[in-house]
Amino acid sequence: MTDVAGHPPLTGRHRHPLAQLTLVRYLEFVREPEAVFWVFIFPVLLAAGLGIAFRSRPSERTAIAIPRSIPHAEHVAEALRRDDRLAVRVLDDSVATQALRIGDVALMLATGSGNKIEYRYDDRRPESRTARLIVDDALQRAAGRSDPIPVSDRHVSEPGSRYIDFVVPGLLGMNLMGSGIWGIGFAIVDARRKRLLKRLIATPMSRSQYLASFVLSRLTWLVLEVGLLLGFAVLVFGVPVRGSLLELTVICLLSALSFASIGLLLASRARTVEGVSGLMNLVMLPMWILSGVFFSSSRFPDVIQPLIRALPLTAVINALRATMLQGAPFQGVALELAIITVWLVVSFPLALRMFRWK
Amino acid sequence: MSEPGAAALSVRGLRKAYKDVVAVDGLDLEVRPGECFGLLGPNGAGKTTTVEICEGLTSADSGDVVVLGRRWGRDDRELRQLLGISLQETQFSEKLTVLETVRLFRSFYARGPEPEAVIRMVQLDEKSSGRVGQLSGGQKQRLALACALVGAPELLFLDEPTTGLDPQSRRQLWELIDEFRAAGRSILLTTHYMEEAERLCDRVAVMDHGKVIALGTPRELIASLEAEHVLEFAVGEGAAVDAATLRAIEGVCSAARRDGTWQLQVTELHRAMPALLAELRREGAQLTELRTHSPTLEDVFVSLTGRHLRDD
Repeated sequence: MTDVAGHPPLTGRHRHPLAQLTLVRYLEFVREPEAVFWVFIFPVLLAAGLGIAFRSRPSERTAIAIPRSIPHAEHVAEALRRDDRLAVRVLDDSVATQALRIGDVALMLATGSGNKIEYRYDDRRPESRTARLIVDDALQRAAGRSDPIPVSDRHVSEPGSRYIDFVVPGLLGMNLMGSGIWGIGFAIVDARRKRLLKRLIATPMSRSQYLASFVLSRLTWLVLEVGLLLGFAVLVFGVPVRGSLLELTVICLLSALSFASIGLLLASRARTVEGVSGLMNLVMLPMWILSGVFFSSSRFPDVIQPLIRALPLTAVINALRATMLQGAPFQGVALELAIITVWLVVSFPLALRMFRWK
Repeated sequence: MSEPGAAALSVRGLRKAYKDVVAVDGLDLEVRPGECFGLLGPNGAGKTTTVEICEGLTSADSGDVVVLGRRWGRDDRELRQLLGISLQETQFSEKLTVLETVRLFRSFYARGPEPEAVIRMVQLDEKSSGRVGQLSGGQKQRLALACALVGAPELLFLDEPTTGLDPQSRRQLWELIDEFRAAGRSILLTTHYMEEAERLCDRVAVMDHGKVIALGTPRELIASLEAEHVLEFAVGEGAAVDAATLRAIEGVCSAARRDGTWQLQVTELHRAMPALLAELRREGAQLTELRTHSPTLEDVFVSLTGRHLRDD
């Protein structure tokens, strides 16, 4: 060891601590391939899967069964096959009964009392009730019924009303919540468990800059995270973005800040990763179910609707849906933005107050 | 350095209790500028609590702590710039490299050496771009030292800097601490290794149950035993050997039996040894063990407390 190495020359302020802290957050994140997968790849795969599963099939046929035992079975089948809304199967009686029972067919014909044709179907299945109407219509027409009022059909299918259009804003909201809460919660509790937090506050580091670095790095990832999922949905499925991009950006920024603060709050005291995971699941699980990610939250009873609307994820998803699908202006999502802001201004100061550094 | 001659650290009547356990019980100590001061004591003696109070990480119940002429609660921002700290069991982020970690810590300080220079100083330059997760125990401790040195501190706190390290890594760290002291800075370190305290410290405070039970240079503390040698022996079962008989032997200052082994503090080994052997022969006792060594701080601790520094 030389004297030069032992007593190196001193220099002044190096790089800005907030920039260094944010850089460190970034490096820690990209060096965790699992995290990159869950934040960026998984939501896109989920959107792709849902988009394919619930794609609108143009002329989906309703399956019905005709037992061989009914009179003129083949003749009846012939008449029904002329209607292209139906997929007609002529089956042995027992097979037909079985097919109806397991839902393979929506309806089966049978011989009722007095040699009438009997429709057998489950009255609670919408598909079966539709089948009943189509089959009856087709049979009556084949038998020579004529309609007194002339009508014609025109089919419309617009982006914005499909399931994929409904679910993409939901996935965006869910993703904003998940990466905000998980990304911050785990990192902070891990640093506390390793006593790195304690070591950091033994330096002149500013505590608010430390917490701000988490929020800042979240905003950086937000651009990629939202851009990737939204880009995919728009390009592949033609999901509409009718509102202004500015409005969409404001909603996403505010949501990310709000969820990041909730993440800070949840991580403010927990000493173990297990402890904070439990807490995060406790907070997020009800929102996954209630906030209308995959299905409309209006399905829940009216009494709990005000509660559901006050949840941050509900507000985020409603705002995203209104902007993307209906092109609602800022005033249209004012209530939602207010709810998101309240969550932010309540949870961030609370997190700072409660935060356990040692 | 603050005022010349003023203590780097001065602690008076320090007290701290956790629920029903008194961790620090009326402790006084003073670290002089430029000295390496050691807190030596077994686990649970209150060393870490004392150091963390001095570091401003834990609050004291009562007592007065003056660090570099400044006080916690009043001059915190200034003090944080002047102190270098290495805590027990800090784990740095495993995903960052050595250089990234040191750079982060450097960014908190208004002045200090360049990160690369500190890394060279602690001899981690070959590992500079390696991940922290890949470092050995000794390398991690040297990284912790680098992060403590990166703000060019006036006073360095090292809490058990070599615990759990192999002898070679320990010696390497000792050399680095020597170099820092050679630059005229002050150090407070805690350890439960007596050889570490003897090797590194100008002065040592021996701590037990939250109090300082002896204070001085390692040489003074050892000299306080008034023994030039420590003689240890064990005899076969059934032999009747008692302390009074042993103390009566010429040149024996004290005799005590611990865990089946007799330990004698001896001034004149050349007289005491033959006399002891003659005495044992007369008693008909069968020697099963016999050894001597120069007294160490361990013997000081044993003679003060009747216990060893470490249980192992």
